[in-house]
Amino acid sequence: MTIDVDTPATPVLPAAAGQRPVARSPLRRLGAAARQPILVLSWIIVLVVLGWAVAPQLFTAHGPYDGNTAASFLPPGTEHWFGTDRLGRDLFARSVYGARTTLTATLLAVLIAFGIGTVVGLVSGFVGGIVDTVIMRLVDVFLAIPSLLLAMVVVSVLGYSTNNIALAVGISAIASFARVMRAEVLVVVHQDYVRAAYGVGVRRLGVMLRHVVPNSLGSVVALAALEVGSAVLAVAALGFLGYGAPPPQPEWGLLVAEGRDYVAVYPWASIMPGAALAIVVVATHRISTSLRKDRRR
Amino acid sequence: MSADDDPLLRIADLAVDYRTARRSWTPAVDGVSLRVGPGEFVSLVGESGSGKTTLVQGALGLLPAAARIRGGSIAYSGVDVTGWNDRRMALVRGNYVGFIPQDPNTSLNPVKKIGQQVVEAVRFNRRAGETGDAARLREDALHSLRTAGLRDAERVFQQYPHELSGGMKQRALIAIALAGRPKIIVADEPTSALDVTVQKVILDHLVGLRDELGIGILLVTHDLGVALDRSDRILVMRHGRIVEEGPPRQVLEHTADDYTRRLLEAAPARHSGPLEPATGPRRPSADAPAVLRARGLTKTYRLRGRHNELQALDTVDLLLREGTTHAIVGESGAGKSTLASILAGFTTPDAGTVHAGDRALTGLRRGRLRELRRDLQFVFQNPYTSLDPRFTVGRIVAEPLRAFGLATGRHERAARVTALLRAVALDDSHLDRLPNQLSGGQRQRVAIARALALSPRILVLDEPVSALDVSVQAQILRLLVDLQAELGLSYVFVTHDLGVVRLIADDVTVMRDGVVVETGPVERVFHAPGHDYTRELLAAIPGAGLARAGAQ
Repeated sequence: MTIDVDTPATPVLPAAAGQRPVARSPLRRLGAAARQPILVLSWIIVLVVLGWAVAPQLFTAHGPYDGNTAASFLPPGTEHWFGTDRLGRDLFARSVYGARTTLTATLLAVLIAFGIGTVVGLVSGFVGGIVDTVIMRLVDVFLAIPSLLLAMVVVSVLGYSTNNIALAVGISAIASFARVMRAEVLVVVHQDYVRAAYGVGVRRLGVMLRHVVPNSLGSVVALAALEVGSAVLAVAALGFLGYGAPPPQPEWGLLVAEGRDYVAVYPWASIMPGAALAIVVVATHRISTSLRKDRRR
Repeated sequence: MSADDDPLLRIADLAVDYRTARRSWTPAVDGVSLRVGPGEFVSLVGESGSGKTTLVQGALGLLPAAARIRGGSIAYSGVDVTGWNDRRMALVRGNYVGFIPQDPNTSLNPVKKIGQQVVEAVRFNRRAGETGDAARLREDALHSLRTAGLRDAERVFQQYPHELSGGMKQRALIAIALAGRPKIIVADEPTSALDVTVQKVILDHLVGLRDELGIGILLVTHDLGVALDRSDRILVMRHGRIVEEGPPRQVLEHTADDYTRRLLEAAPARHSGPLEPATGPRRPSADAPAVLRARGLTKTYRLRGRHNELQALDTVDLLLREGTTHAIVGESGAGKSTLASILAGFTTPDAGTVHAGDRALTGLRRGRLRELRRDLQFVFQNPYTSLDPRFTVGRIVAEPLRAFGLATGRHERAARVTALLRAVALDDSHLDRLPNQLSGGQRQRVAIARALALSPRILVLDEPVSALDVSVQAQILRLLVDLQAELGLSYVFVTHDLGVVRLIADDVTVMRDGVVVETGPVERVFHAPGHDYTRELLAAIPGAGLARAGAQ
């Protein structure tokens, strides 16, 4: 086959090669970002929530445990943005402080899934043969079990704590990472440049680390970004069910659970933390899709 | 309006832009004028990126969404269709102008029978008042298939695209183009994806259709040889402009433009003898010792999902003499790539041996084979896939040095890489570039530099120039010839282009269906071919006119 094909992209190829660095300059990037207001908003939301996790005291004057029974179930207002709960604790403060618990667990979960999943997928795709078959059938088994159910089983075995939730959610997501990584590795392994590397005498390990891994990670990173959203949800869901941090501690899932008893009378007690949770998940999803689009370009 | 005044297709000052960013446009076609009259065979020649396909898409109203027509007009028989919307253009396409796309392997619907697809085209282009019952449609479709040169039209009518060869698929596409009884046919590189012998048949048939039906033909091609052989008029396009126009004779003998002259010079068919290296003619002795010897190579692939097998190689012998080039020629499916892959140690044969010097190459373990790689290197066909997109040029060329722990020390290694880049006519400024910042020719030079890094004695080159434009192809071939003279390299050169063989090879092996048909010194095989298939291949080389002009 010849490459003489004039696909729409090729007539400008020489020019495009020269333009690339210009298009990537920070100023242009900022200009491009301004045209995607929702993406910018998503980044702002995620950065603010990260700020909550790192330095909660900067974002609220109230403490997460400071109760005032006289001020129980105040509706959202200027003093208490999210209202207060049964013990008069400021719900906004509890959400801000809860970010740390939830986000640490999420990050840990994604790191576990990403780390183990990538290695499993890499070995499976690179070694191939019977190893590949065995690993992939195991992965199929994992994928067949609903991930929340799997996480619940793991937490039940390990005991109730936020760290165990992170571990459980991470384990339940390994399979999907392994699958994506293996698919990418299989594509890269059959590329000419990998054969060329063998041809010039690079050993298997060198080929794997220098050619296969860097060229297959792209999609997996995009998946990791996507997985952050679902991990937040999974962590909160387990917290909601009571598998996580014990009650006085602020945690998003737990906050929703605590408000649930009064949802008919004081709906904000459940809705406000829930809404915050939903917004964060949507924002991370938006960011991850933008990462995937960037790769396609 | 008479037909004499208005050609079938007239394009005047057409300019087409592509959107590169939100508000910036790059011109792809810039003020091109062109006309095709009844019974005229016009060829549009250009290398990749010249805008020839964009021009055709513009004429057919098939421009992608990222393109816009900036100026100019398109008229069919005096009817200006510039700016017509897709629905109106659909009436013109098929009925008035038939289109033959580039790659027959991807242009047919794989889940529909050929007959259905032709009937569809016939039905859409039914003129008012014609009966449209099924029997009549079928009859017209069969007629169309026969006109396209498919003798066994009834059988093809019932077949699916995957059951046909590339040439037959292209004929089916011609039948679809003819279904609307067009006055003009536009063919965009109709034979680039096909073998030379098939190419010849298809092009001859197009010429026949022109004579028989009196239609006009606009052929878009990158191959000047193809254009010169058959056209009434030739237009040479570069950077979106027409740089040369005229009948083939005039273009050949009174070339007006420098670029056209370069293209003519670059065409392999122009040269009757071998390329001479810059250092003076090379005289390989006839009794030079063998550096690479293959005996009785056999390889069978088991096709997945079926019980049948594909015999890719059947007891193939090959002998490469030191300091010479041995070309392996054949059409697609001849097994030449499998052979190259075995010679380079990428594939293990089912039977047979390969010896490099006195060392066996077959049946080695991975580690031992790796040692042999220092003597024997491979260059891939497609430089767009053989370089890691994340590696800089410097890293790519240094990779073999690093793998074997050669030229240790930063300065020493950098010096060696620079020397290698110089050897392939690149320089230090390319060191930090990524492959996507290089042109196809530059990439192939980098790939060659990488292959030379270990100072091998043998290079196996698998179609190293077939993915490149003609002018770039000529540069790479010259580079290879110079390097051979300078470093005393021996080449195994796989190609489908006999014109290239004449330029660089000393010996040639002609293959067909996994079997060696003929082997021997190039002069003998070219001047006194001993096998019918070799003769057929030689006759199919486009650019006979070029060779005549070159000899003068």
